[in-house]
Amino acid sequence: MFWRLFFTFARIGMFTIGGGYAMVPLIERDVVNKGWLSKEEFLDIFAIAQSMPGVFAVNIAIFVGYKLKGIPGSILCALGTILPSFLIILLIALFFTQIQENVWVEKIFKALRPAVVALIAVPCITTAKALKLSYKTLLIPIAAALLIWKGGVSPIWIILLAIAGGLIYGLYLKKN
Amino acid sequence: MIWLELFYVYLKIGLFGFGGGYAMLSLIQSEVVEKHNLISLQEFTDIVAISQLTPGPIGINSATYIGYTAIHNAGYSVEISILGSVLTTFAVCLPSFILVLLVSYYFSRVKNNKYVEAAFLGLRPATVGLIAAAALLLMNNDNFIDYKSFLIFGVAFFLTWKAKLHPILMILLAGIAGLFLY
Repeated sequence: MFWRLFFTFARIGMFTIGGGYAMVPLIERDVVNKGWLSKEEFLDIFAIAQSMPGVFAVNIAIFVGYKLKGIPGSILCALGTILPSFLIILLIALFFTQIQENVWVEKIFKALRPAVVALIAVPCITTAKALKLSYKTLLIPIAAALLIWKGGVSPIWIILLAIAGGLIYGLYLKKN
Repeated sequence: MIWLELFYVYLKIGLFGFGGGYAMLSLIQSEVVEKHNLISLQEFTDIVAISQLTPGPIGINSATYIGYTAIHNAGYSVEISILGSVLTTFAVCLPSFILVLLVSYYFSRVKNNKYVEAAFLGLRPATVGLIAAAALLLMNNDNFIDYKSFLIFGVAFFLTWKAKLHPILMILLAGIAGLFLY
């Protein structure tokens, strides 16, 4: 069982390119289809893992592992999720410092850098739309972005402020 | 002490990284590039590009890469530098472990908890700001070197947003474009 847990998550970690969210449908399919967890249990874990800090896919792996086999299970599932990307990035880190100066690599990365910025700008818009932010609440992300970008404020303060603001608004102001 | 610094930085990232990979970027960037000068902004952008093409979450990818690079830049050997990447990857996951154990224990009380729900009324819109900040911080002279950079940005933005091109495909196309444009 321990090895099956490890290999299930290692396979998911190996074959999902494009970040944590790409892993979720695969984790769900494997974990639910193997009868390890019910669909409802998985959705509960999904919801809570999403509201936790840290790496989302790792959170889910730890949760599933803990639910099935306690602390050893959670360690194995997390290791399985992490290990493939850890090894691949390590190889790249070893290798990239040597090819960085290569003319062709430089050409490629000169074009990749602005493309990466576009890649980050798009989810900013799609997330804003998905949250259906009103003009008033739109002030929160604008203020947050400006404080970090121009004010040099640490994102940690923004996160703490957002939590405090949410608590004050949700628990006191909203009711009145 | 570089080891303690790395551990502390990635522990913070693991503890405060709310809202998924893209929202975590501004936190990683502010800690790793601005506050602690472990790598340059250009290197950081390169890691984001690489992690789009490789499996796994960006939080793990960046931890592994930066752990190795920071220790290597400090003058240690390759073997020792690998320990650096183990340390950062471990540090970024440690808060998750502790939190999951706590949450599993109090599961029924955390589920649909009014405090958690209220906190997210603030966190959710702030996440959009965190992602925006990540994009804005990377829009500087290191990454936008000439008019071609803006052209690539515009086309990449349009293709990803409107044509819904998959990020991996977009990165590959941009790389090929680079071979011809530069």
